[in-house]
Amino acid sequence: MDFFAKWFPYFLSGVSVGGQYALIAIGYTMVYGILRLINFAHGDIFMAAGIMMIYLTGVFPVWLSIVFVILLTVLLGFAVERVAYKPLRQAPRMSVMISAIGVSYLIQNTVAYLTGGLTKQYVEIGWISDVVTVMGASTKRVTLITPILTLVLVVLLVFLINHTKIGMGMRAVSKDFETSLLMGIKINRIISATFIIGSFLAAVGSVLYFTNYTGVTYTSGAMPGLKAFVAAVFGGIGSVPGAVVGAFIIGICETLLKGMGLTAFSDAFTFALLIVILVVKPTGLFGEKLTEKV
Amino acid sequence: MLIWGLKKMLEIKNLSVSYGGIRALCGISMNVPDGKIITMIGANGAGKSTTLRTISGLVKAQGGSVKYNGQELLGKPINKILEAGIALVPEGRRVFSNLTVLENLKCGAYLRKDKESIQKDIEWVFDLFPRLKERSWQSAGTLSGGEQQMLAVGRGLMSRPELMMLDEPSLGLAPFLVWDIFSIIQDINNKGVTILLVEQNANMALKIADYAYVLETGSITTEGSGKELFNDPKIQEAYLGKKKN
Repeated sequence: MDFFAKWFPYFLSGVSVGGQYALIAIGYTMVYGILRLINFAHGDIFMAAGIMMIYLTGVFPVWLSIVFVILLTVLLGFAVERVAYKPLRQAPRMSVMISAIGVSYLIQNTVAYLTGGLTKQYVEIGWISDVVTVMGASTKRVTLITPILTLVLVVLLVFLINHTKIGMGMRAVSKDFETSLLMGIKINRIISATFIIGSFLAAVGSVLYFTNYTGVTYTSGAMPGLKAFVAAVFGGIGSVPGAVVGAFIIGICETLLKGMGLTAFSDAFTFALLIVILVVKPTGLFGEKLTEKV
Repeated sequence: MLIWGLKKMLEIKNLSVSYGGIRALCGISMNVPDGKIITMIGANGAGKSTTLRTISGLVKAQGGSVKYNGQELLGKPINKILEAGIALVPEGRRVFSNLTVLENLKCGAYLRKDKESIQKDIEWVFDLFPRLKERSWQSAGTLSGGEQQMLAVGRGLMSRPELMMLDEPSLGLAPFLVWDIFSIIQDINNKGVTILLVEQNANMALKIADYAYVLETGSITTEGSGKELFNDPKIQEAYLGKKKN
């Protein structure tokens, strides 16, 4: 019983961290699936959502701010794609990637300018920050909400991808741009939809993530963004279920390491995992096979 | 139900296309009259695929005109050309291997909104290719080459084209499957769909074609009815593998 009492809270918090990573990782993996682009700006869009929340709650009530944060983040993701990636559709992949790095720094520096580079205190969201007790472990309510909300959103997303017309279009475009065009599929709309979904999930993730931290600064998106990226690669980049499984595994492992008193190594573990995956199984857990019938 | 086309015609005049300074088509002119099978034969790199890709809007033309039923197609987006009734079955089948057979067919009807008649057309394609029906829930990547070609043709039909362009449908298929594909093309034509066929297999293509064009390095060098070209000694030597006597 002692063992359980000691580790259960860590496990619980690990699942929650995993859920937060999963919400970010889906944005990476979906964009990669369609554009073969690693959207380096995604972590910064996530951070921008946190900053927006801080400024918006200064004016609006919390629940309304959350709605606005989601809408504005979606708009930001959509605009980034239209301005920085769409004009480069015919360009080599490397150009788009460099454009993504540029957008990443642009967002970071804009936020640094607006905040003066200071850490802004994140808002206390009353209800979800309440402490509750589950099986002897006391934790914030958000810890319980995160994995549940994540799973619900993932199930909805997988349904969208597998059972709707736009989802079919996404899968077709991810396989073959040119043939999709010949079918009359409007590729730009499909790509925009992908960025909208990714940004929406990142916005939801930012509310759940930053509630656990005291503040947000212009570099706050980098670490969770990188970890989510590792999760996406671990699960097999391009695969939504893969990204989710990868995120939960990384979240749980990290938190358990902290429980063992190895806090200093928890980040190192994640990146060591990345190296091991890339060496042993570059396509990740659920990655698509590269061989194809001719 | 299947007489979709009225009297319509594709008219190509002086069409030229370049890829980065290299001329792929040097002002070709041809007609595809309603209800017929027209074929283009020629060696690799003669510009056959380029012609089809330009008509469908994938490639930008440098000059000339492509009129369909009096309406200029050049400069129109791909989906508008598809809406006008012209579908391209691309070279190398290009089925969506990650989608099921059924989903591939639905992709072919992506622009259409009439759900009930889409369902009817799916049934019709399944009648045409019973093998596809057996495999409708399999992912297209698991099909054999011949089945994938049938799926590509079926998918092309799902947009209800008046004019269907096929780019090398016999490529890489076993000889008995080549027969199958060509008889299906005739079948589809009998149901009122105009066919523009690009082929390396000149022997088969000329046999079913009403009219044929021979393309050499971007220009049309010979044209005539399928029979005429089939019996033309020069064509026989160059494309049909028969020796001069």
